[in-house]
Amino acid sequence: MKPLLAVEGISKFYGRRIGCASVSFDLYPGEVLGIVGESGSGKSTLLNCLAGHLTPDLGQIMFHTRTSGMQDILQMSESERRMLSRTDWAFVHQHARDGLRMSVSAGGNVGERLMAVGERHYGQIREKAIDWLSRVEIASDRVDDRPTAFSGGMQQRLQIARNLVTGPRLVFMDEPTGGLDVSVQARLLDLLRGLVREMGLSAIIVTHDLAVVRLLADRLMVMKDGYVVETGLTDQVLDDPQHAYTQLLVSSVLQV
Amino acid sequence: MNEYNFAYLDEQTKRMIRRAILKGLAVPGYQVPFASREMPMPYGWGTGGVQVSAATLTPDDTFKVIDQGADDTTNAISIRKFFEKTAGVQVTEKTSDATVIQTRHRIPETELSEDQILVYQVPIPEPLRFLEPSEVETRKMHALEEYGLMHVKLYEDISRHGAIATSYAYPVKVEGRYVMDPSPIPKFDNPKMEMAAIQLFGAGREQRIYALPPFTKVVSLDFDDYPFEASKADHSCEICGASHTYLDEVIVDDDGNRIFVCSDTDYCATHASKPQEAAE
Repeated sequence: MKPLLAVEGISKFYGRRIGCASVSFDLYPGEVLGIVGESGSGKSTLLNCLAGHLTPDLGQIMFHTRTSGMQDILQMSESERRMLSRTDWAFVHQHARDGLRMSVSAGGNVGERLMAVGERHYGQIREKAIDWLSRVEIASDRVDDRPTAFSGGMQQRLQIARNLVTGPRLVFMDEPTGGLDVSVQARLLDLLRGLVREMGLSAIIVTHDLAVVRLLADRLMVMKDGYVVETGLTDQVLDDPQHAYTQLLVSSVLQV
Repeated sequence: MNEYNFAYLDEQTKRMIRRAILKGLAVPGYQVPFASREMPMPYGWGTGGVQVSAATLTPDDTFKVIDQGADDTTNAISIRKFFEKTAGVQVTEKTSDATVIQTRHRIPETELSEDQILVYQVPIPEPLRFLEPSEVETRKMHALEEYGLMHVKLYEDISRHGAIATSYAYPVKVEGRYVMDPSPIPKFDNPKMEMAAIQLFGAGREQRIYALPPFTKVVSLDFDDYPFEASKADHSCEICGASHTYLDEVIVDDDGNRIFVCSDTDYCATHASKPQEAAE
């Protein structure tokens, strides 16, 4: 099997400070990779480099495109990269406000990506929007409400619907459950797990919440000070941590 | 009046504006930045249009100004007087006699010809502005032809009002490339934009000029199941009886009685006098 995403030696520096350094990994279709680490460990920098929001200083990122096989994302033209980011990729922000258009109705938010790739039939766009709202457990009579009228959990689910409507193959998630209370988190995780399995998505999830990766991720990467200190299967890393920092991380979780 | 240079602006400024106009004509629908000058009138009163007119006028031109279709409103009269004074050009209210027509919010009902120039006053040249506040981002979207957002606006219209409720400044796509704000003309006028005359758009405060060469393809955006409609009030003109013109609704007394009249005063006057001529 060929990897969907092959990352080789990605480094990003902020002046003399390290954002992330020589990160390499392969992500296979249908696989969910978790990236954990404390604040400032370079997780978000890495994710933004991968998703094309930041340009890394070193390294290459190869993505398996539908049309022409493995392509180096950093060598692509901006229009190709932006096209990719609204068709094959999805990016779920930590704060739903960053990923939604707050002044546009829920239906318009979900429909935007469809219209961006050339859908021009109102009835069909709306039908798809309602279908996706129901898949993320938002009642269809809320389709014309603005996200400002939604609760935090609903906004996050709306953001997920908006991202998945074009059937992406790779989803980037930056702390998708951050700022939600635990019961809402659990439902969101349940939903995400279902969607990932059902659509056969590959995903990269950045989080500092070990419970999230335990539930969602197949593989885990632990980062500290910009470097990857440990990788492995999720259960293996969490149950038998090798690196001192991972051991600290795992033992810091309060057991209830 | 020789205290002013011809048409108020100095020659260097006019050259700069002409360069922007030529670039705009070369790339139809593309917003060309230009160094907009302070004009002796407030922003929003047509400073962009006035600068484009000043750069376009020659001493032989005949100048007409319309404001919402009318020749006799404050804005139209003062701009007309301004150029009468500073350029000494001939002015007219007759559409067919004019060589340069500056307009706010209307396209004349009389069909324009190849030897005419129509100058629009534009308040906000960026059609994507109310959806995307960042100028950096909107320019990128124009450059990369990412216009999905424009349809989000129309989608919102339909979901809220059951039809595309945008009735003026209706976005158009020019020559299959740039999405353009046609200035706040009623969408009734949109189909007229494929015309013989040159169309120039000036936005003074926003410092942008864009243009349409003659017979440029201009398509109003829409959905397959909600096609574009050039709508107008379902009446005919109370004064001249025309049924195919864009109408203004006018309240005539304190009891709320109202009539509909042509917004194009020149067209209405000629149209109204014709039946009488025939009768005589």
